Amino acid sequence: MNQRWSKLVSTASTASVLLLLWIVAGLAFDNFWSPFVVADLFSENAFLGISAIGMTLVILSGGIDLSVGSVIGFTTIFVATLITDHSVSPWLAWLTALLIGTGFGAMMGFLIHVFELPAFLVTLAGLFFARGMAFFVKPESVQIRSETYEWLSSCAVPTGGGAELELTTLILLSVFAIALVTLNLTRFGRNIFAIGGSQSSAQLMGLPVGRTKVLVYAISGFCSALAGITMTLYMDSGNPINATALELDAIAIVVIGGTLLSGGVGGVTGTMLGFLIYGTIYQITYFASLSSSLATIAIGALLLTFIMLQRLIVAPAEAE
Amino acid sequence: MTAPEIESNGLSRSQLTRSTAIWPLFALGALLLLNAFALPSFFELEFLDGNLYGSLVDVLNRSSIGVVLAVGMTLVIATGGVDLSVGSVLAITGTVAATLMAKTELGVTTAVLISIAVAMLAGALNGLLVTSLKIEPVIATLVLMVSGRGIAKYIAGEQVISVPRDEAFAAFDWIGNGHLFGLPVPTLLALSLALVTFFVVRKTSIGLLIESVGGNAAASRATGINDRMVKLFVYVFAAFCAGVAGLIDTAYINASDPVNAGVFTELDAIFAVLVGGTALTGGRFSLTGSIVGAILLQTLLTTMYAYGVASDVAPVPKAGVILIVCLLQSTKVRTWFRKRARGQQGNPATAFSSPADSSSEEAS
Repeated sequence: MNQRWSKLVSTASTASVLLLLWIVAGLAFDNFWSPFVVADLFSENAFLGISAIGMTLVILSGGIDLSVGSVIGFTTIFVATLITDHSVSPWLAWLTALLIGTGFGAMMGFLIHVFELPAFLVTLAGLFFARGMAFFVKPESVQIRSETYEWLSSCAVPTGGGAELELTTLILLSVFAIALVTLNLTRFGRNIFAIGGSQSSAQLMGLPVGRTKVLVYAISGFCSALAGITMTLYMDSGNPINATALELDAIAIVVIGGTLLSGGVGGVTGTMLGFLIYGTIYQITYFASLSSSLATIAIGALLLTFIMLQRLIVAPAEAE
Repeated sequence: MTAPEIESNGLSRSQLTRSTAIWPLFALGALLLLNAFALPSFFELEFLDGNLYGSLVDVLNRSSIGVVLAVGMTLVIATGGVDLSVGSVLAITGTVAATLMAKTELGVTTAVLISIAVAMLAGALNGLLVTSLKIEPVIATLVLMVSGRGIAKYIAGEQVISVPRDEAFAAFDWIGNGHLFGLPVPTLLALSLALVTFFVVRKTSIGLLIESVGGNAAASRATGINDRMVKLFVYVFAAFCAGVAGLIDTAYINASDPVNAGVFTELDAIFAVLVGGTALTGGRFSLTGSIVGAILLQTLLTTMYAYGVASDVAPVPKAGVILIVCLLQSTKVRTWFRKRARGQQGNPATAFSSPADSSSEEAS
């Protein structure tokens, strides 16, 4: 079974789950098949999608980043405090936040690569550090009052039928497009796959392993910071407790999207499908007025199904 | 391999530095020493109604959940696995116990037994995913970590469940807030669980089997060890520990909060195990080290609170400690240190100590 074929199977199965969910939901609820629902799906969870794309790159390279939720939380309160309490221009606040996020990611990547520490532990330290710093900035919610925010919230692209794509959705879609091109058409993207497939082989082939790994974590940090900014755009406020345990959802989305946690196989298209499945499940529980805890359980069950599927189809049992 | 390092005073230097529990004990000692000068009140103990109170007792009391989880996690990590679901299992157990007591006619004993059984069932699920489906432990337990909290929330109906405050449930309150022989019950529970586990793994063959499977599962199988049963056992045991921790957690506040109970405790437990000197790669393990690690973590937190650090900001120094521990255990850093030490001694005899040295560390 070659890799191209197995990748197709996993993307196709993710896509068919999404399709099935949409068909069933559309038949069960009136008005589910509407552009409003689709627009909502994107705008409500855009921050999650952005961080899941960053997470995809990290997982493809054979690592993991547990710090994304905390970095998002930190960014929201950091940006909100700068804008509201210190009257900094939003643009400057965003730039600073993005630089901090990227630098933070690069630092973790550096520790992971240079000292050969497990990514799991270094990013765990990152998780605690960023969350603590978020509370250090300000321990309570901060409302953002800024003309730029008001102006930006009115920016939207109409898609017909009265629905429109909000700015948060547009950010998500651009990140997706950039990631898709980077992964598939650049040398950097190919290096990520190579390192995830086998780091020692990549090293022997003379690929820049260290640079690529540090860059991957830096990109994930950048994506998390961007996700945090997107969250402030959506909520018009910042809170140090925002996005707690979001890394779990992001990892779940990546795995449902068919990217193997062992690295080297997968892509952002699958992640996007996983993101849509995630959003659809929450929309369904909303439409059926079920409690959101059922959605969490459903996502766990789906995660299990996909892992088993990967085990059975994609990665044939390794010889013991 | 270690022969050249033996010194004349009987106790070899390597024995001392490689006994895994020594580093966390050293750190704990240093922290306590610091407190002895900066915060004398930290060591004040007083007797009230025959019970001991004070910061030190409080540390032991608050670290009981961490100790219980670390004991279970140690065995899982020793088999080369990891259990990310213990925090969620903790929440499920607490919620089941609280719901049974609040909404049914069942007594404390039945409720406790049922909730522990539920926890072990969750552990069996983890174990089966790892052994039968051969899914990587991180991924297999991630499933329950993600959905477990949803299950707990669903059972509780998305709200905090309080245990009724009457005589019938006084026994449950005692688990969290009672005293026995002057010490808090959670502490005694945690210590007895740790002691029983210690004797079982060290006096029967199970400890040896776990280390063998963690060292090399395929080779263990070849020698006739049922590695699947061993792995299944450790996951069920870890979930059992998570169940006990869940009961203690619920009994502390006489209520179960499915959203906040046990959040990040799995990470604390993994951290305690690593500080204690058990490697994530499996094999040799040190229960004593893990227990000291868990107590060290709580001492660090309590100390920070005593210095007036806000509880929300406390994760920052914790992250620093995690990083330092990681760096100290990194083979690269160790080799570097060893090289420097050798350079100063100018002793060629130790130059050929193999990389196997670091993997064959003495377990306590």
